[in-house]
Amino acid sequence: MTKQVQQLDRVIIRFAGDSGDGMQLTGDRFTAGTAEFGNDLSTLPNFPAEIRAPAGTLPGVSSFQLHFADHDILTPGDAPNVLVAMNPAALKANLGDLPRGADIIANTDEFTKRNLQKVGYAANPLEDDSLGEWRVHAVPLTSLTVKALEGFELSKKDAERSKNMFALGLLSWLYHRPTEATISFLEQKFAKKPDIAKANIAAFQAGWNYGETTESFSVSYEVKPAQLAPGVYRNISGNQALAYGLIAAAVQSKLPLFLGSYPITPASDILHELSKHKRFGIRTFQAEDEIAGVGAALGAAFGGALGVTTTSGPGVALKAETVGLAVTTELPLIVVDVQRAGPSTGMPTKTEQTDLLMAMFGRNGESPVPIVAPMSPSDCFDAAVEAARIAVKYRTPVMLLSDGYLANGSEPWRLPEVSDLPDISQPFTTEPNGAEGEFLPFKRDTETLARPWAIPGTAGLEHRIGGIEKADGTGNISYDPDNHDLMVRTRAAKIAGIDVPDLEVDDADGDAKVLVLGWGSTYGPIAAAVRRIRRNGGKVAQAHLRHLNPLPANTGEVLKRYDKVLLPEINLGQLALLLRARFLVDIISYNRVRGLPFKAEELAGVIQDVIESD
Amino acid sequence: MTELVNGKGLSLIPKTDVKQGLKDFKSDQEVRWCPGCGDYAILAAVQSFLPELGLKRENIVFVSGIGCSSRFPYYLNTYGFHSIHGRAPAIATGLAASRPDLSVWVITGDGDALSIGGNHLIHALRRNVNLNVLLFNNRIYGLTKGQYSPTSEVGKITKSTPMGSLDKPFNPISLAIGAEASFVARTIDSDRKHLQSVLREATAHRGTSLVEIYQNCNIFNDNAFEQLKDPAVRDDITLRLEHGQPIVSASKAVVRAANGGVEVVARDSVSEEQILVHDAHSPDPSVAFALSRLDEPAFEHVPIGIFRQVDRPAYDVLMAEQLDEAVAQKGPGDLSELLLGGDTWRIG
Repeated sequence: MTKQVQQLDRVIIRFAGDSGDGMQLTGDRFTAGTAEFGNDLSTLPNFPAEIRAPAGTLPGVSSFQLHFADHDILTPGDAPNVLVAMNPAALKANLGDLPRGADIIANTDEFTKRNLQKVGYAANPLEDDSLGEWRVHAVPLTSLTVKALEGFELSKKDAERSKNMFALGLLSWLYHRPTEATISFLEQKFAKKPDIAKANIAAFQAGWNYGETTESFSVSYEVKPAQLAPGVYRNISGNQALAYGLIAAAVQSKLPLFLGSYPITPASDILHELSKHKRFGIRTFQAEDEIAGVGAALGAAFGGALGVTTTSGPGVALKAETVGLAVTTELPLIVVDVQRAGPSTGMPTKTEQTDLLMAMFGRNGESPVPIVAPMSPSDCFDAAVEAARIAVKYRTPVMLLSDGYLANGSEPWRLPEVSDLPDISQPFTTEPNGAEGEFLPFKRDTETLARPWAIPGTAGLEHRIGGIEKADGTGNISYDPDNHDLMVRTRAAKIAGIDVPDLEVDDADGDAKVLVLGWGSTYGPIAAAVRRIRRNGGKVAQAHLRHLNPLPANTGEVLKRYDKVLLPEINLGQLALLLRARFLVDIISYNRVRGLPFKAEELAGVIQDVIESD
Repeated sequence: MTELVNGKGLSLIPKTDVKQGLKDFKSDQEVRWCPGCGDYAILAAVQSFLPELGLKRENIVFVSGIGCSSRFPYYLNTYGFHSIHGRAPAIATGLAASRPDLSVWVITGDGDALSIGGNHLIHALRRNVNLNVLLFNNRIYGLTKGQYSPTSEVGKITKSTPMGSLDKPFNPISLAIGAEASFVARTIDSDRKHLQSVLREATAHRGTSLVEIYQNCNIFNDNAFEQLKDPAVRDDITLRLEHGQPIVSASKAVVRAANGGVEVVARDSVSEEQILVHDAHSPDPSVAFALSRLDEPAFEHVPIGIFRQVDRPAYDVLMAEQLDEAVAQKGPGDLSELLLGGDTWRIG
């Protein structure tokens, strides 16, 4: 049977199933095949905090969305074109996101009376008319998998476990994905269990062959490779890019990296990744708590290391006092906050931008810290290097604000040439700096206002630092009122004076009246929305802040250049509050705090409304 | 008797040939404790002990938390870090774990180490980070002006407990042994010779050395340890712990109890052979723990000296070994190779 092949410019697939169904792995493998094929792509994993919620229930549904295209794309996509639903719960949990006409591939074997009851279906939706708006492909994925593996000496349960590979094979056929990488991946993953490897490969190939022969699928689809900038690419998640960025920062600053960290979702993968790279001289310390994590990092910084701590919002709250100590002792420190939905425990696996004001102000006393926020998964690499550059040059803790969406999402990353990375090293102080040959630990560089960094082991520079207010120059304990005023203002001036690149504005025609401003992970959806507006002839300018403190010097001027400034944030207007106070500009906020990234269509609507409003 | 395999506490720290004296370790800062405070005696004992080690002064770091004792680093002409309440062990852990060439000291008090910083202390002990922890125990909060502390006796009348405190106190020695400490000792501020002998062993020990120092706060808890200083009774109540020696005071002796523990009896009621000989190096901590319980009820008799001193690899060494092993297996890290390490593809 010759099947029809249809060309598409982009596709959004969502794999959904039970937490134990291997949906994240399936998504990862499909992504790897897609990356290898040369499409541009963007992914959005979405999983419950529970490791194994009760099987077949709505809270146990785990999903992985992938958007791939023959052109460059900016988001994991608003709404799936295809939903793979491994059970009734997966169907029910995701149906609301599915536009009319989308394809549903449902595993009929799991649509049993019991499973339907678990999620409140009175009747089987695959058998009544309730899914009439969609194109339903009812496929007995489990039993087909078991049948395909009949020749293997496997228990039925083990055979059933390979159903995700059957689904992957089917989808790989449907979208013409290469298969070699997945086969070699399975061979490696199950190298110690060759029977399991062979079974998974057989299931994968059976899924492919099923697509080729079944009449349920009359059309397959091709999405041509994207024309991206020349270079070597790999697919990377935000957490992995951030870990690599920290390693690069250690290499480029010529400092040994010390990570003090306590496990917390969604930041733990940075600890896991860094712990694998000891041959770079990286010390990873899993501390007894969040406070010890940052404390150890600061102690290591005192000893001349690039001190880093990684956490999420609840951890930042606990670290606040130590960050204040780093502010006043003026030691370099990187505090990575992979933001998640709060307050308190909130929704650990869901994303949010609600820690900006905590990063900015969440310490006692006047204790300013620089803030850097990456704007895409791969940008986490550059943002980490930038955070380290500031920390080392200005001897200050730096907050690096990633979030759950960046951390777990992935995209193709054009690898930088290592020789192009900036040299961010700063020499330690080794000689006395006082007029009498003495060492003054708080005598500052006149340009950067940074104090000397003299580490233990340096003869003649023995000195004491601490959390008590220090006399300018000597660093001795001082309760002098004027000295305190001077030190408070000097520390503030040092942070305010950090060299930060100007804010760039994308204003294609130069005559837009509305500026859409953003920060952090909203870059993708905002940029995608701006494209839609422009495609429809609308005019809108876009700017994205990467440095939240200090702000780029031209920020105020940019804001005042436009009639209206729209600022979408996944919080209740935290950056808007700062900008309004600082620049007296009447920012129009758009806020949703649903634990999910914005959708491009949603933002396009908001932008259009602002353009059209008086 | 169990013998120690090593005592290489200082082997990785650079030495100096220059002769040092007490004044080399005095900073130019005015000491600001209350007149009569036990901290003065401890400071003088440490300042006069340090030259004996012959270490390069720049390789010594004193880290402290918050409290009266935590001002200590300001008065020593070494590197120093006066940090925040309870966190000194955490900060010192990062420093010591990444710098095996430093002699790192933690100066802390009963409130700092056992209340707000209790978690960091026990984890430093179990990890065996290369630290000398001097725990000044005065059984009271001094800097906040006289509230009861986690080592205050039950029923203590203080500003915050006008009807008496309710909390059972920690025994710092028992706590440390329970936290897998490899070196645990107790000494007293007024006995410089003993204090320095304990410091000598503590610095020779590689790993965490926990030294509890009974320290008198003459403002808020004066004479807390008076029995141990009073010539009329001190020799009777002080049970000296010396490795390989019978555990006795002038009139008392420690023997094995019928229930398997230890007990204190009149010295003249037992023969020499019945008296327990102290084995600080025993891998099994149970006797050391039993000895740590002898000072209850308070001060009828108090063991003083080194309870436990056993060999265990220090955390910095273990950490460095893993880095060396990683390099030995795969070679030193290469950034280009790392970035190209995943599935990559080329465009253009």
